[in-house]
Amino acid sequence: MSQGSDDRVRTWITRESLDDFAQFEDIVRAIGSVADGALLFFQGRVRRTNRGRAVSSLTYEAYGEMAERELSAICREALERFDVGSVAAAHRVGDLELGEVSVAIAVTSEHRDAGYAASRWIIETIKVRLPVWKHEHYEDGESHWVGAPALEAGTSPGGAPFE
Amino acid sequence: MMDRISVRTLFFGVYGELAARREGSAELAADSTVADLVEALRGSEGLDWLPERVVVAVNQSYAEAGTVLSDGDEVALIPPVAGG
Repeated sequence: MSQGSDDRVRTWITRESLDDFAQFEDIVRAIGSVADGALLFFQGRVRRTNRGRAVSSLTYEAYGEMAERELSAICREALERFDVGSVAAAHRVGDLELGEVSVAIAVTSEHRDAGYAASRWIIETIKVRLPVWKHEHYEDGESHWVGAPALEAGTSPGGAPFE
Repeated sequence: MMDRISVRTLFFGVYGELAARREGSAELAADSTVADLVEALRGSEGLDWLPERVVVAVNQSYAEAGTVLSDGDEVALIPPVAGG
């Protein structure tokens, strides 16, 4: 009797803190298996500087229902691509302070190689597919939507490369 | 058969700021595609900055320029994403 992917993936988009590792450990114990000898945990945190500017805080905006759907799809795809047992992933929205966790990914696998590969693939895929946007506030009082160019006459916001 | 359809438009991130609105609606001829909608939006007031090849989601899934729209669709204009 094998578990379907529904039982082995847990994803959510939240305004609540993701700083506490224990919540992921509980989930991974619930959806993972004793067949898995490795647990890999990744946290992305709000960093002090971005592209040379001092960040004071930031705000994440998400296309709520689509982000929920897309994060789940990414993690299910990871189960198909890699030899991993379970995946839990969550992304914050709303206002975050420096050092707070913005994204967290837990992967269990029988062996470590697949876990490292899957975790890396999930975060890279989140960065290109998840409909979430970051509004950075800087210590000098300015703010900027990441991925958007400085607004100058005649420039197109869509012309900026992904970051 | 309807001659005209109406779709709901959503503007996220910097697009919301540039459009000075978070959502709107657009009326189009039946059988219009995503590309037709983008062209119509680019021709409307205050939206001339919208890139021709903007990323679009229809009913919360990424869509191609040739995707045909239906009455009542939710169409999101997606600026470069920046999660993680």
